Amino acid sequence: MKDIDKWKETVNSDNLSDDEKMVLDAMGLNGSSRRKFLKQVSAASLSIYASSFFTSEIFASTMKDLPENTTALLNEIKVNLRVNDMVKPLTLDSRTSLLDALRERLALTGTKKGCDHGQCGACTVIIDGKRNLSCLTLAATCEGKEITTVEGLAQNGKMHPMQEAFVKHDGFQCGYCTPGQICSSVALLEEAKNGEASYVTEDFKNIQSGLTLSEEEIRERLSGNICRCGAYNNIVQAFKEVHSGDDEMPTWEFATQEQMDKAKNA
Amino acid sequence: MRPFTYTSATNKEQALKASTKTSHYLAGGTNLVDLMKEDVERPDQLIDVNKLDYKKITSNEKGGLSLGAMLSNAETANHPEIRTNYPLLSMAMLSAASAQIRNMASNGGNLLQRTRCPYFFETSMPCNKREPGSGCGALKGMNALHAIFGYSDNCIATNPSDMNVALAAIGATVEVQKKDGSSRMIEFTDFHRLPGDKPEKDNTLEQGELITAIHLSKPEFSDHYYYLKIRERSSYAFALISVAAGLQVKSGVIAKAGLAMGGVAHKPWKLSKAEEFLVGKKPNKSKFEAAADLAMKDAKPFEANKFKVEMGKNAIVRALTQAYEREA
Repeated sequence: MKDIDKWKETVNSDNLSDDEKMVLDAMGLNGSSRRKFLKQVSAASLSIYASSFFTSEIFASTMKDLPENTTALLNEIKVNLRVNDMVKPLTLDSRTSLLDALRERLALTGTKKGCDHGQCGACTVIIDGKRNLSCLTLAATCEGKEITTVEGLAQNGKMHPMQEAFVKHDGFQCGYCTPGQICSSVALLEEAKNGEASYVTEDFKNIQSGLTLSEEEIRERLSGNICRCGAYNNIVQAFKEVHSGDDEMPTWEFATQEQMDKAKNA
Repeated sequence: MRPFTYTSATNKEQALKASTKTSHYLAGGTNLVDLMKEDVERPDQLIDVNKLDYKKITSNEKGGLSLGAMLSNAETANHPEIRTNYPLLSMAMLSAASAQIRNMASNGGNLLQRTRCPYFFETSMPCNKREPGSGCGALKGMNALHAIFGYSDNCIATNPSDMNVALAAIGATVEVQKKDGSSRMIEFTDFHRLPGDKPEKDNTLEQGELITAIHLSKPEFSDHYYYLKIRERSSYAFALISVAAGLQVKSGVIAKAGLAMGGVAHKPWKLSKAEEFLVGKKPNKSKFEAAADLAMKDAKPFEANKFKVEMGKNAIVRALTQAYEREA
């Protein structure tokens, strides 16, 4: 069956995958508006929209070992990259960053190249449980390490709760920083559980595990992920819901004169 | 990036043996890999030292703790023993970069961070640190972020590290392995150097030497401490000015003070005169202001970074006040 026929059948029967339904529900599209929307979008776009966030099946089919041009390889290194519970032996130029290996050799393009200089966080992945920048990590150093990218967060075709929360709370606009934001947020959940301090933590000496982070703490701890669209309030809201169950939209107000004076005299 | 060969060392002998004039050790890579992409660093060989077993925190004979050089900044800053005994160090380290970078960056590598002077990064510009003899672009250029102490006509760059500022306040010794297999100790205040006529040399390490540990002095500022970092945005940025302040207060009098500044010189700037002045004084605002005046007296700013003098004074007073008023 051609893609377009498949699409028509999908549209008419409302025969959508769970992920696709979830996206439509999150967008508030039901009944006739839902059918109208489905007819308007191009055949592939919704499933791509949905799959780019989450499905592990799609991931499995997209992880490839793209052909290498070995004649162009200088200072060849061999590394077994373990990414999202799959291992790929790769032969690479020693200069290859983990980011480029993921994107250009394994076709895992969920991880984004933003600044490529460690200033934006778009390339954040989780290595051995810790968030890291893949742009400043040489692939050669990754032998024996467990790498999780945004494609590996979903389990059994179901989005990670952090991914669901980002969709629900619109934790993005253009979406380019989103994979990095989500990987960073997922790692931060663990850091809070472990009772790790940040620069804005009041008391360094009496920290308990299982921290509940304030908005100020969340903002400080996620400051390594820049969002050019400025979706920070929504990102904080998404994080909070998964972290503490509190999904209230962050609010802000101008400092009072009293607060200004206090800050000046501090 | 220029081509290089990659070797991974499994013990120090291998690493030392592999090292040459044109090689670099690779630890976290957060600064080195970036500079290689910028074509500022051009090693022909990287020796990965991440597998070396210098990843522990242990007690030392000075009654303090020692930090393994390959332990990450995040693990160091959040180690319970460091948070409890050296909270000033934890606070400074946690103010640096981002969580991702702190997970990658090593303690030894943090000491070796290179300046963030834009002329150093831009290869079409003159820079004596990057290319000795080419001149200093910042001297008569854009120098709002540059040094106000200890610079020379050859270089007015600053050391970018937060960890270094806290170490200067606390006191530490750096242990390095020499190429011949022996080791030596370098007083922390002697580890980094002023630019003089050799700005290409940031520190006193000799070719091939490998940092293995940082030995901290015994903890003296675990009750009264503050690391104040002033920057152009409130997180994930380098300091315009930073102050590490530690006080030991006994019977209402300052028994010992540890004070250092970042963002003002080619090395972490220890404020020894202000430290000495504070000892024996009652901690209060007028004494803190007098200490700050003393600390900033010899500042020689440029037109564009004059603001650092006033900002520096205020920062010292504020850091000392926050340190003192902290509930022990």
